[in-house]
Amino acid sequence: MSQPMIEVENVSMRFNMAKEKVDSIKEMFIRRAKGTLKFEEFFALTNVSLRVEKGDVFGLVGLNGSGKSTLCKIIAGVMKPSQGSCRVYGSVAPLIELGAGFDPDLTARENVFLNGTVLGMKPSYLEERFDEIVEFSELHDFLDVAVKNYSSGMVARLAFSVATIMDPDVLICDEILSVGDFLFKEKCEKRISEMIERGTTVLLVSHDIGIVEQLCNKACWLSHGHVIAQGDCAGVVNDYQENAHIGFALEKESRQPEPREKQYVASAAAVKICEDEEIG
Amino acid sequence: MLGYFRDTFTVFRKYYYLLKNLVQRDLKVKYRRSTLGFLWSFLNPILMMLIMAAVFSYMFRFQIEYFAAYLLSAQLIFNFYNSATSTAMGSVVGNSALIKKVYIPKYIFPFEKVIFEFINALFAVVALFVVLLVTRVPFTPWILLFPIPLVLIFVFNLGVGLILSSLVVFFRDVQHLYGVVVVALNYLTPIFYPVSMLPGWMQFAIKFNPLYWYVGMFRQVVLYGAAPTANMWICCLFCSAAALLIGLLVFKAQQDKFILYI
Repeated sequence: MSQPMIEVENVSMRFNMAKEKVDSIKEMFIRRAKGTLKFEEFFALTNVSLRVEKGDVFGLVGLNGSGKSTLCKIIAGVMKPSQGSCRVYGSVAPLIELGAGFDPDLTARENVFLNGTVLGMKPSYLEERFDEIVEFSELHDFLDVAVKNYSSGMVARLAFSVATIMDPDVLICDEILSVGDFLFKEKCEKRISEMIERGTTVLLVSHDIGIVEQLCNKACWLSHGHVIAQGDCAGVVNDYQENAHIGFALEKESRQPEPREKQYVASAAAVKICEDEEIG
Repeated sequence: MLGYFRDTFTVFRKYYYLLKNLVQRDLKVKYRRSTLGFLWSFLNPILMMLIMAAVFSYMFRFQIEYFAAYLLSAQLIFNFYNSATSTAMGSVVGNSALIKKVYIPKYIFPFEKVIFEFINALFAVVALFVVLLVTRVPFTPWILLFPIPLVLIFVFNLGVGLILSSLVVFFRDVQHLYGVVVVALNYLTPIFYPVSMLPGWMQFAIKFNPLYWYVGMFRQVVLYGAAPTANMWICCLFCSAAALLIGLLVFKAQQDKFILYI
């Protein structure tokens, strides 16, 4: 049980804030001439370290904008961290935003193959499991309809069915159980539970604390890109529910534009307060 | 170093099917809902060529033998260059939704567009051969070499496409600027005029346009039925290799930053 599947070491992710983004050469030269080519840097993650072992169901909790999705994207290989390293052992199925690889003009049937290959599956494999995918999505009658005519719930059904058909070593679920009707939601949860039973390692992001408590054995609480608590699921989730409001105050504070160094120190100090608060 | 190439190859093998599916997608979407479907790939170049040939045979006259074939052979190469580089340029930005959510080797996108336009160019080659037959251009065995200039310009297009697609991510202006560059290139390539009508210094300057050489090589085998000259071989091979090398280096250096700007 101690085989590591995901190792995140001291990862920091830095973004330049959108308002200072220079999109044109002219703008860049003008700014450079004026000496106003400054970026307001923003750390979505600061010194995050995680270790997820084989068979773990790892929950990520935190308020909006705390860096959960950024962390998922780094683990899925979509982004490279500014600092630190991230290693994943085995195949990854990222359920980050469903239906990302769909082409609206193609039919559902064609999209299954397109999206499957986007996720790195072989056409022969998709062919083999095609019936199973359709079965799960319950979209038999709409297979040859262009996906642009689908409702968002139908797109989500199809996308979930494709993405979970392979048996990945690591499954990353970023807030995807909130789509679809309640029956389909139950079905999705069941499928994820089955995968967990088969030994798939799962990284689960959800605002539904109930699901996190029900499925996860370990958890991590992120606030403003800092790991505030990590470990046994029940403990972390309790902490989070009791102390999340402190993080909220912190968010207001760091919204004021400050130079990078200062902001960094400020939020680090705030985390210190959070930690003290927890102990007390 | 060797390990790096092996890893890259393994990843490419995994995503080879995606490449294939994306090309198929483009082909399907292009002709979806049109009655004639794939026939358009062949009809379109023929009709365009007829118009161009009519315009330049009656309105502007140059003393060129087999004028229709002269025009159409160059048009084919230039159109391939233009559409391949222009669509490759927007491919990374255009697929931002995908790049932000799933890991895919990003060079797949410009690569796919160049392949797609290559297939379109092959349809145009069929149309060109029809014109060659109809206008009774004499055939020689050298015509069998026609895939070579096409493959060379394919590599050149891929290199330019890689450079443009990564530049556009950081500076969207490039998209508009490039439209102007293409028009300039169009007139700097001897598509509808003979090189001999240019003033002396222009005849020299035009040789710095890589397309001059690809067009020259293609015409040499298809139209004049002769072996490509040593100069053609050297210039075409050099331009293709240089474009691909620079393209790969630029793309590789920038690709991890794409996600922050799209």
